[in-house]
Amino acid sequence: MKLLKSSFPGLSLILLLIAGFAIIELLGSASTMRVATEALIRLVFAVGLYVFSGNSGIVSFGHMSFVAIAAYATTWQTCCAMLKPITMPGLPPFLKDETYPLLNSALTSVALAGAVAFVSGLVLMRLASLSASIATLALLFIVNTVYSNWTSVTMGNSTIVGLPVYVNLQVALVAAIAAIVVAYLFQISAWGLKLRATREDEVAAQASGISLYWPRVIAFTISGVIAGFAGILFAHSTGTVSINSFFLSHTFLIVAMIVVGGMRSLAGTVVGVTLLSVVIEIFRRAEAGISLGSIELAIPPGSQEMILALSMLLILIFRKDGIMAGREITLPKWCRKHRATSERRADTAIQ
Amino acid sequence: MLYFLQVSIDALALGSLYALVALAIGLVFGVMRLINFAQADYITIGAYSLVAPSTAAVPALMFGALHWVPMVAAVLLAVTVLALLTERLAFRPLRNTDTTTLLISSFAVSYFLQSLVLMLHGGRPKTVSIGEGLTSAVELFGLRIPGIQLLTMVVAMALLVVLVVFLKKTSLGVQLRAASENFEMARLLGVPANLVISIAFGISGILGGTISILFVVQTGSLDVRMGLMPAVYAFFATVIGGIGSLPGAVLGGYIVGILSVLLQAYLPVEVRPFRDAVVFAIVIIILLVRPQGLFVTGGAKERV
Repeated sequence: MKLLKSSFPGLSLILLLIAGFAIIELLGSASTMRVATEALIRLVFAVGLYVFSGNSGIVSFGHMSFVAIAAYATTWQTCCAMLKPITMPGLPPFLKDETYPLLNSALTSVALAGAVAFVSGLVLMRLASLSASIATLALLFIVNTVYSNWTSVTMGNSTIVGLPVYVNLQVALVAAIAAIVVAYLFQISAWGLKLRATREDEVAAQASGISLYWPRVIAFTISGVIAGFAGILFAHSTGTVSINSFFLSHTFLIVAMIVVGGMRSLAGTVVGVTLLSVVIEIFRRAEAGISLGSIELAIPPGSQEMILALSMLLILIFRKDGIMAGREITLPKWCRKHRATSERRADTAIQ
Repeated sequence: MLYFLQVSIDALALGSLYALVALAIGLVFGVMRLINFAQADYITIGAYSLVAPSTAAVPALMFGALHWVPMVAAVLLAVTVLALLTERLAFRPLRNTDTTTLLISSFAVSYFLQSLVLMLHGGRPKTVSIGEGLTSAVELFGLRIPGIQLLTMVVAMALLVVLVVFLKKTSLGVQLRAASENFEMARLLGVPANLVISIAFGISGILGGTISILFVVQTGSLDVRMGLMPAVYAFFATVIGGIGSLPGAVLGGYIVGILSVLLQAYLPVEVRPFRDAVVFAIVIIILLVRPQGLFVTGGAKERV
């Protein structure tokens, strides 16, 4: 019972995801499934970002760099054996002429992203929280500049096509569940608690002997690993990789989702991603145009982004902590009460 | 030697430009604890206000068709009004929240404005030609300097001097500096909060407008992302200088501006495309040595 209570916030999210998955699997069209897959991958990334930003209270604008690093790493290992020597001549021979198994390349790519996250975390987490936020932006720009100009290895700004596609709805679901499990375990671990303490009050946490540095570095590394994992999923769900899709607009999208849902809890992240993915899909279809009888209705392109920005602002103004306001989904009251009374009964029986 | 002189003039011009943007960001941060991402869009929208909204690649001119005096006035006015509007509508309701919320909100405002530009003008880059006479070179002490470079330098330095005089010598300027040092204390001593915040945003609007015109004359093109790089450079400038310190912001602006020009000039050709990455890496290294920035202020950390 105690185990159920402590794991319920994570468990409930997983159950909700599975329920949503079942509905889509049974009723959804092919395009709905594609959208759902994309949303689940976004969720993986958002959960990764949450591990750092949600628990530490420091917004990171740099996590897309880990996505990019992992996505390109897996591209080098698995993509287009025939074309690679021509399109990416700058690769070292062991990448240029070889193709590696999917699982191995996924693991090494995630490890690379994690290693970069660890090293950059060592540097960035020395800064005070606000400066650290800005410095993560520097990280994003560094990675973006390097990858979009290192033409002999990354094909610059052009899109790389032809990666093996193996991420479908099921894979994405499993990945999202794994990410949630990791994030939840971190959150209730000692390091997670320490990090949350620094979020609530830096000075009080320091006074209680909690270092501001190591919990942040560890969280940054774990969240970098999850972000890298999301990068693998992005790359192998569409089969294409382009550095421009791992930049500010995508970052904005995910940050908006987390903020709307509520950055301070895992449930908020899941709710935000789900809700905004639905809203965005509705607007995307509306931008494409809906025909009502003979009338063609379409909203102007760009309004999707404006609605997103506007909803984020309104949430910030009127409900600063997002929809979930920092709460997790806890065991329902009747269930807990029932347990309490039964315990009391047991107590009295003993007496 | 001559090359070096020319490069250093470039460096000074760009440094002054970044110092201006950094000062705008520093002023707003000082009075509100807000790092204003929307500064990038003030610049972009200022530039786009020169042309009429359309999706054409070579659009009809709007403010750009005017004689240069009313043109400059119109652009400055438009951007200042925009800056004041964002303050009134988006940032004022959030005034007393934490810095993280403010940071995210300015990210949202910036994204909103950017999508607005996209919606009105389309996403393709455009060409505009104004101030063609300025691109011809001027001979000065044996150096050939492009007119626009000279103009940028003169305007940026003049604005910087005017701003410093305003901040140091006028009553309003002193109030603004007081508020940016300790907002609560300044209020207790009778500094009107709304006024100083509006002035800080007004100044960032004027600076944004000026920079947008200089940029358009220099490059002759419009792009939705054109304000991004100067604003991002200015963010790093304020962080290097010590967040919340006005002299620090100016110094930081010069550091990043001069660094990027020097690297552009002296990096080996094959590394040159990675210049921005190198500048940002150096920024991070500077922060590694001095995490609080060059000038440590009370604004960097909350007092207990």
